[in-house]
Formats: sequence, structure tokens, C-alpha cells
Amino acid sequence: MIRLQDVEKTYRTRRGDLVLAVADITLDIAENEFVTLVGPSGCGKSTLLKLVAGLTPASGGTIRVRDTVVRDPFPDVGIVFQHPVLLPWRTVLDNVLFSADMLGLDPKAYRHRALELLALSGLAGSETRLPRELSGGMQQRVAICRALLPDPSLLLMDEPFGALDAMTREEMGFELLRIWEARRKTILFVTHSIPEAILLADKVVVMTPGPGRLARVITIDLPRPRTVELEFDAKFKAYSDEVRGLIFASRRARGDGR
Amino acid sequence: MAGSLRSLSKYVVPAATLAAAVVVWELASRVLRIPKFIMPTPSQIVVEAWEWRYRFIAHSWVTLYETLGGFALSIVVGVPLATLIVYSPWMRRALYPLIVLLQAVPKIAVAPVLLLVIGYGETSKVIVAFLVAFFPIVVDTATGLAATPPELLELSRSYRAGAFKTFVKVRFPMALPFFFSGLKVAITLAVIGAVVGEFIGSDKGLGYVILSATSYWKTELAFASMILLSLIAILLFGAVCLVERFVCPWLAPAAEE
Repeated sequence: MIRLQDVEKTYRTRRGDLVLAVADITLDIAENEFVTLVGPSGCGKSTLLKLVAGLTPASGGTIRVRDTVVRDPFPDVGIVFQHPVLLPWRTVLDNVLFSADMLGLDPKAYRHRALELLALSGLAGSETRLPRELSGGMQQRVAICRALLPDPSLLLMDEPFGALDAMTREEMGFELLRIWEARRKTILFVTHSIPEAILLADKVVVMTPGPGRLARVITIDLPRPRTVELEFDAKFKAYSDEVRGLIFASRRARGDGR
Repeated sequence: MAGSLRSLSKYVVPAATLAAAVVVWELASRVLRIPKFIMPTPSQIVVEAWEWRYRFIAHSWVTLYETLGGFALSIVVGVPLATLIVYSPWMRRALYPLIVLLQAVPKIAVAPVLLLVIGYGETSKVIVAFLVAFFPIVVDTATGLAATPPELLELSRSYRAGAFKTFVKVRFPMALPFFFSGLKVAITLAVIGAVVGEFIGSDKGLGYVILSATSYWKTELAFASMILLSLIAILLFGAVCLVERFVCPWLAPAAEE
């Protein structure tokens, strides 16, 4: 579904220097695949997500989504950021409907689906509350519902659980999997948590910084639906050792390993 | 019980302090026999103001609409200016120095020239009030518009919503708290602007009353005008706060449970 070929992105800093953010990215993502991008901060994970979304143009190489070259934002994408960025004046329900509203769709036609999504996320009864009355985890659930509302076939998630506490984080991960099992879509999920990356994914893309490159793409061969117990599985441990090894090897190579 | 006592003291303490100050003023003026034209007593001010009540209503009305005119003009001009500054780097480079320059010029120095050019009618006072009031509106609204979380802008872009739609649905509402804090500063400044305009040259308004009353040694009338001006400023400020509550109910402190 998504095909990146020799993708490169350079930024110009305020002082005018060119900085290579990501380089030599060649990656294939299949339809309905759950792919996680993992790596230390500054390895260009978020940049890659923005490139795929068409929010920023690639400096080199090509990005294709369903054989169409991506240059600008295209429909059929949902985005979730690290922070929920809800509109404080809109109720929970109206925040979910925001995506339909901005897409130029009739929010009334999506009301039923919005209520369904909220119920699915355990937010039934909170529809008329304001974002500030919700906890961080609940706000992020609303942001995910907002992204899911137009039923996009591609979901881009930039450290969506990064601002949550460890317990909520794990719970949200399983919830996301549940929603995804019920209605498959392609998910590109950025995280800096190695266990999270393995637990959710069909495929873990390990990235290393300076500039961001693909270190390895690991296919995760663990049964679905995934459970908490998997974390004690020997295979799970082997995967996480592999990912950790790749990340620390790159650190040592750069001379800042400890 | 403790709660009601606390809420009682919230109003009673400041009111009592004010009343005590007035009593001390009254007594001091009487005991020390300070002449009326230097320091009238509160009771003399009230008596004189009551005698003048109809004229005061007319003059207050003039100052009020000059203030509101200047305030309205500063919104109508300030918000589009702020929008231009935020959306276009070129416009920012072109306009910002001019706006700061305009702000740096002492308005009291500009006022005589303005009156000469525009004339001595109410329009010139509206313009002076506008000149004093528009700066905080431009600066605060621009700050608010620039403070939109970048993720929300990316989200709007990914949904391919146009710039106008994003402005109306996201950026401007997001900037409302800043816009209102600009309005609160602007409204009190607009009152000052209107009075400054009246000082330079006019035949009505509370500023005019203060000038002519002091030249006839009618100090108590000047005091009454000052009190009325403060009341107008406080009421207008309160009105802006009320509108803010109404327009941005999500900013009100969360109800305690």
C-alpha cells in the first residue's frame, strides 16, 4: 500500500545550514499491516510520518501510496499526535466530529458513527463533556476517535501514547489493537518504547539517528490477538534484544554509547 | 458557615475600607477647614453632582460613545492587522515597525494635530481613543493567532481544509483568550483616549467638564466627573469580562465538586 524508495529529507535550519534528517529510506508497507517505527529521539521517525502524510515534501526519492506519488496531503488518512490537541470549546462528541467538519462532510451524518466510536473507546456518557474535564488518557482516546471517524484506510500515529503514564499506555495499546482487529486498516505507529513497538506490530522498523536511516525491518511472528502474557514469551524477549542491540550498536558507533 | 463568612468578607471588607476612606476624607476636610476649591468633601461632591445630574448624563453619554466608537474601530482595524501580520511574513516586516512607531508617539502630543486636521467634533475623539486602544488588540490577537498548536494546523492541512476555514474553525477561536485580554486593556485605554481628545478641544464630554470646572474653581464638579469616568471605565471593563464569559464559557474555572 505504501512504498518508499530512496526517500531523503533535508531541512534548512534558521541559520541557513542544510541538515539531513532522513536518508536512504526504502520501505514497503502492505495493506492492513500494523507497522511500528522505533528508534531513539532525533532519528527522523516523525519526519518519516510527515513525509508519508504529504505534510512535508521529500527532498529526494519517491513516496507512493496506492501507486499515487505523495506530494500533498491526500484524503483517507487519519493522524494522531503525541498530544491530543482537542479544541477546548468543543464537547467530546463535537471534537470527534471535527474531522468530518474539516473534510467538508456533513457532521450530522457522522453523529451516529461518532457515538459508536466513543462507546467502543469506553467514553459512552462523556459525549457532552469538555476536554478539560477528561484525563490525559481519555483525551487521547477522543483524538483517536477523531482520526477514525471518516474511516481512513491509513492511520498515522506519532507517539500517540508517549504522554501517558505506563499503565494507561499499555491499556491504550491493547484497546487500539482491539479496534484494529475489528476494522483492519494500515497503521504506521511511531514510538520510542521497544516493548510497545513489538507488542503492537506485524513489522517493526528500527531506525538509527544521524541522519535517520533504517537499521532493520523485523517481522514479528507472534500470535494475534496479542496479550499481556506475551511479554514473558522467549520470542518476545529475543525480538526486544534484537531491537535494543541495533539501537545500542548505532550509539556505540557514534561514540555516545554508555 | 465558614464558607458564607468568607464570601461575606469578600464584599464587606473592600466596601468597609472604601467607606472608611470616604469618612476620613469628609472629616479631615471639615476639621482642617480645607477650602472647597482645593479639596471638596465627599458630601459637597455628591450635592453638586446631584444638582448637575441632567447635564452629567448628557456629558457622560458623549464620552461613552466616543470611547465605544474608538474601541469598536480598534477592533475592526486591529484584528485584520493582526491576521495579516501572522499570515504573511512580508506584511509583518512591513507593518510591525509602523505599528510600533505609531504606538511610540505620545498620543497626547498627536492629539492637537489630529484635532486641527479632523476638526473639533466627536470624530477626532473617536480617532484619539482608537489610536490609544488598538495596539494591545493587535499585539495580543497576533500573539494568540501565532500560538495555535502546530499539530492542529497540520491536522487541518491533512484534511485539506482551506486557510479561511482553518482560521474560522481553529485559529481564531484558539486565539480568543488572547484577543479578550487585549480587549480588556484596550477598553480602559479607550476611555483615556476619549478624555485626552476632549482636553485638547471640545465643548462637551466629561473631559471638557473637568477642564471648564477647574478653570471656574468648581473643583467638586471636576471630582464628580473623575468619579463618573472611573465608573464608566469599570463598567466597560466589566462588560468586556461578561462578554468573554459568554463567548468563551470553556475558560471559566471548572466547577468544584
